[in-house]
Amino acid sequence: MDAQPAAALRWAGDSEGGAPYIEADSQNPERVVGLDVDIAELVASELGRPAQFVQISFASLDQSAARGDFDIAFDGIEDTPARRASLAVTVPYYEFREVLTVRAADVARFRSLADLRGRPVATLGGTTAYELLLGAEREHGIEAISYDDDVHPYEDLLNGRVDAVLLDNVIAERSMRRMPGLATQPDAVAVGYYVGILGRDRAELRDRVDGVLRAAMTDGRLEAILRRWLVWNDDQPKLHGRVLQDSFNGPSGDSAATGAPKRSGWTMARQYLPQLLSAAAMTLVLSCLSMGLAVCLGSVIAIGRVYGGRVSRTLLTAYVEVIRGTPILLQLFVIYYGLASVVRLPAFIAALLGLGLNYAAYESEIYRGALQAVPRGQLDAARVLGLGKWQTLRLVRAPQAFRFALAPTTNDFVAMLKDSSLVSVLTVMELTKQTQIFATNLGSWVIPGALCAALYLAMSLPLAHAARRLEARWKVPEAA
Amino acid sequence: MTAALEIRDLRMRRGERDILRGVSLAVERRQLVALMGLSGSGKSTLLRAVAALEPFDGGTIRVGAVQLAAGVWRPPSPDPLRREVGMVFQFHHLFEHLSALDNVCLAPCHVRGDEPAAARERAAALLEQLGVGHRGTARPRELSGGEAQRVAIARALAMDPPLLLLDEPTASLDPARRRALGESLAELADSGRALLVTSHDDDFVRDFADGVVILAHGEAVEAGDPRQVLDAPRHEATRALLAAKSAGE
Repeated sequence: MDAQPAAALRWAGDSEGGAPYIEADSQNPERVVGLDVDIAELVASELGRPAQFVQISFASLDQSAARGDFDIAFDGIEDTPARRASLAVTVPYYEFREVLTVRAADVARFRSLADLRGRPVATLGGTTAYELLLGAEREHGIEAISYDDDVHPYEDLLNGRVDAVLLDNVIAERSMRRMPGLATQPDAVAVGYYVGILGRDRAELRDRVDGVLRAAMTDGRLEAILRRWLVWNDDQPKLHGRVLQDSFNGPSGDSAATGAPKRSGWTMARQYLPQLLSAAAMTLVLSCLSMGLAVCLGSVIAIGRVYGGRVSRTLLTAYVEVIRGTPILLQLFVIYYGLASVVRLPAFIAALLGLGLNYAAYESEIYRGALQAVPRGQLDAARVLGLGKWQTLRLVRAPQAFRFALAPTTNDFVAMLKDSSLVSVLTVMELTKQTQIFATNLGSWVIPGALCAALYLAMSLPLAHAARRLEARWKVPEAA
Repeated sequence: MTAALEIRDLRMRRGERDILRGVSLAVERRQLVALMGLSGSGKSTLLRAVAALEPFDGGTIRVGAVQLAAGVWRPPSPDPLRREVGMVFQFHHLFEHLSALDNVCLAPCHVRGDEPAAARERAAALLEQLGVGHRGTARPRELSGGEAQRVAIARALAMDPPLLLLDEPTASLDPARRRALGESLAELADSGRALLVTSHDDDFVRDFADGVVILAHGEAVEAGDPRQVLDAPRHEATRALLAAKSAGE
């Protein structure tokens, strides 16, 4: 026997996903607990290795597995053709149903996706459920809304931003326990399976894990874990039977060995291009409107700080410092979710406000500096001619400050184009988010990344060019 | 006859320094009065106080019908002082973003509320009269020093003030242009205006001023007819001023 202690089994998941999958232990937040934790520990102990948890955000698990950041991931990960094509996938350890959850009052009205024409339906992005919703968008005319997590869709269902949520029954049941007033339709929209994922070159480890999972199905240890986390139901013995008889064929009949008839990257790119273009349009429209708001509000703040009394100066300075001193992501969350009990803003409006209010703080500093850079003599000259304070601002000071501010404002506009990708956390489908979905489905970032970069450049380069031309036009010629 | 400008016992302190220590002077209509003194004697500050760009600490200034008192000038709106006085700065301070013509039109249009077309016509006539009619579309930085000065004078005259203040108008001019400027200013005085002009140039003052006041260390040490004061200086400061001039030549 080898005298060396066995290397730890590095297993990954996202503890933000929460119960019953993986969550921080309330007794000891250093530890994680959950059904996927129990499964990972069972696998590790059967392999004779200590288990070591690696925190990876849910959306990055596939890419991280392909990079070899960990040995295996368990986190309620769905079995999909894309995963089978790009990763090594274990046998399924759980069968779930995609179920439709609605407000209790709507149970009779919204029985299926077909009843939700023209209405927003939410789910977690990058999942089979999201693909189902995109299908329903074409077939039934619903509006598919993608979230970055599986809690906010239900909150937004309760407060009326969306009219239904399509997600795994496990998540739906958990949410109904937490939030009264929701009801889940009994019929499954689709069926799916949770699997462990590994890098493609880890087939040998995958086969050993499959052996452990099959043994646990046979001797009831897996059932014990699923019962412990209250997710055992009649679907599971049937699944276990199929796995043990080797008659499980995975989703839509593809098998890992042969692989799905893989579409080429460029074919996929052509399919996704219209969606990428419309996401780019969203990015552009949102950035322009937010920048407009930021410029207007930033001007008001700058003028208030230069001309205002002590109270308004103090308040405006506080606003600028608070906004600049806190992350924009936090501000977006507060505006969208934090204020939801007071005012329920649509996602686009919340994104527009969040970006605009944030950038206004930065713009105001530019404009304040520009106003103060206008020479004193110009203001004296205006005063001697009898121009009032506001006339001087409007006719002399602001037009001259505008030239000082033009270049830094353009810079900020280009930054805004890119920062607007943050609003995907508010379910706004902008360019970066759409690219991420494309990359997840394709199992590669190369083509989506290149297309996305090209689209951002196509927006920012003309802007930079236009700014240079404007600056050149307004530049004062040197005296002869 | 009441003077267009009357300054009595004007005092100004900045921190520990006395800038002006009880200056009195008057400028009548149709008169060009020169204010002379070494750098730092308080000439420009006095002009700025008359235009209410600097608060003062004691004494009074009366500009036409408007009485300025010590402290910051807090005028009603519109400011009645602005109808009484115009100012041409040493460095002109033309509005950088506007053409010469628009510099001249700005106040008539926005302060007095003139018709834009009529205001432009008058502005063009003023520029023509001052010899820069061909420079109407030029931006301030495209103008030579002498051209910029004439545009600045036109800008001040556009509001037709009875009193015109000019800070060091001869400083950057060659002798020929200095003479042309002197003639223009003398014409303005003849047309009924009062002019108060700071200058270092005693030849200019001899040729064109109706009166001169010598400032030294914030006090008016000598005043009177330019030829008498400058040709037979009685005060040490006046002699020092003339000596500095000849030493510089």
